[in-house]
Formats: sequence, structure tokens, C-alpha cells
Amino acid sequence: MDAGIRKGIVNDAIAVGVATGVYGISFGAISVASGLNVWQTCALSLLMFTGASQYALVGVVGAGGAPMTGAAAALLLGTRNALYGLKLAPMLGWRGWRRLGAAHLTIDESTAMSVLRPTHDQARLGFLSTGLSVFVLWNAATLFGAVLGDRMGDPRVWGLDAAVGGAFLALLWPRLSTKTNRIAGVLGAALALSLVQFTPAGVPVLAAATVAIGMGLLTRSETDPTEIPDEEHLP
Amino acid sequence: MIWAAIIVGSLGCYLLKLAGLSVPQSVLDHPVIRRIADLIPVALLAALIAVQVFGTPERTLVMDARLAGLGVALVGLLLRAPFIVVVLLAAGTAALLRALGLAA
Repeated sequence: MDAGIRKGIVNDAIAVGVATGVYGISFGAISVASGLNVWQTCALSLLMFTGASQYALVGVVGAGGAPMTGAAAALLLGTRNALYGLKLAPMLGWRGWRRLGAAHLTIDESTAMSVLRPTHDQARLGFLSTGLSVFVLWNAATLFGAVLGDRMGDPRVWGLDAAVGGAFLALLWPRLSTKTNRIAGVLGAALALSLVQFTPAGVPVLAAATVAIGMGLLTRSETDPTEIPDEEHLP
Repeated sequence: MIWAAIIVGSLGCYLLKLAGLSVPQSVLDHPVIRRIADLIPVALLAALIAVQVFGTPERTLVMDARLAGLGVALVGLLLRAPFIVVVLLAAGTAALLRALGLAA
């Protein structure tokens, strides 16, 4: 591989790691505000290492839900990593212990920085450098945010309880690009709110998954069925 | 209990990642599965926002400083503010309203 290309890929990986670190600080602070201690917060970033799932677990716990309900929400949000793995497997071509290690680093960022590379070598370098850079900086930032949050005292005085909603909205925002997704978001929120008074805390969030499953089964893909296909796509 | 949830959740998330790297392409590569996997984060994140902003530990729904924080965060996103700014806007708005005694 050309040294310039190699340097470019690694530089991109470091930049992505730094950007992700910012999320890590807010995760650490929010996790502590939600009732986890600093060790539990750091264990989540080390062991779970997939941001949206971690936010979901602490979000459910912070809302008074059972921790296992939070773990279930984390698993539901972790399903997309399985699909990332599908895209990555042919690009990485790893087996055995390499694959076992690569699995832990399979997240949004490492996938995005890998699957579009033109060669296997570049895909592997993009995956590894991004995965490791995010892993190191995400965990360092989590520790920093958790210690910071721990020293802030009452989280409500600092608005940390309101920060959770803002963080989730910022995570959701880029996913609202299609009409189907926007409908799913509104229905998921409405269903959750309608259940709050009748179910244990956390369950309303899990119930929102039924919206995703229902809409996934019932809707067609986003392509316009009335569109006239290109000549090359005609049967 | 929190430790058990951390271990179970982390192990499950790892196995999901490993499954994607290990199963044959055809097992999961179905349009319906892809659509559901795409919609799950959207529906769950929206539900989390709703519960976080309106919910209370007593399982009632209220409107307080958190809603104002979310509103200002939304403005930030519309103005293309970066993640950390959006989070700080939400926190700062709620903290300010509470300090001034304007919202609970």
C-alpha cells in the first residue's frame, strides 16, 4: 500500500476517534447522573463498546427501569452491528482469533471507515485503525466524563437530566432522513408515552421495537414503485 | 443488579457483532430484516427521548425544564450544531431555567 494512502487512512481514523471522544465525555457524565457508579460506567464502555446501546442501558436505568430491561434495550440497539458485520466479513476476510477480536471493534465508525475502501488491505487498515482509535479515546473520555459527573453533585442543578434527551435527539437526528423513519420515530415515541403509566419503567422503550418490527414487515423499501426502471434494471 | 445487566448486555452485544461477521451472508441479508434493523434505532431512540423528557420516577408524565432543554437542542440541530453543543444547550437551558426558578 502506498505510504500516502496509509497515512491518510490513519489520520482519518484518529480524527474520527477524537470526534467520538466528545460523545464519550457526555456518556460518562450522563451515566453517572443516571445512577451508575464510575466503575460500572467504565465497564460499559470497555465491554459493551457500542455507544447507542450504552446510552439506552443508562437511559432506562436513569428513568427508574430494571437494569435487565435496560440490557434488553441495549441488545435491540445492538442488532444493527450484526448487519455491519455482514458487510465487513467479505472485506476483512478474517477467521479465528482475528475475527473474535474484530467483532469487539465492529461499530458504526469502524464500519463506515472500512467498507468503502477499494482493497482488502485498505479496508483492514481503515477498520483496525478506526476501531482502535475510537476504543482508546471512547474509554478515556468515558472515564473523564464519569469522574467529572461524579463531582458535579445533584445532576438536576446542571441540567444533566435534560442533557440525556438532547443526546438521544442528536443520535436520532441523522436517522430521520426518510419519511418511513420519521413515522417510526413518532409512533415509537407515542407508544412509549401511552404505556408509561401502565407498565414498569423501561418497558415502554422496549415496546417501541414492535413499531420497528411492524413497519419493517408491512412497508416496502423506499424506492418509488411507480418509478420507471432504468433499461439495465429491466428483467 | 446493574453489574449483571452490564455483563449480560455486553455479552449479548458482542455476540450480535460476532454473529454478523460469522454467519453466511444469506441468513441475515433479507430486505425485511434490513428494514427492521434500520427502524429499531429510530423507534427506540424516539421512545427514549419521550420517556426521558416527560417521564418521572413515579411513572407519571410531566412538562418541566427538560422539555425546554429538548426544544433548544432541536434548534441547535436545525442550525447544524455539533453533538456536544446540542447536549450542552439542552443541559444549559434546563439548568438556567431552574436557577431562575422558572421551571421545575
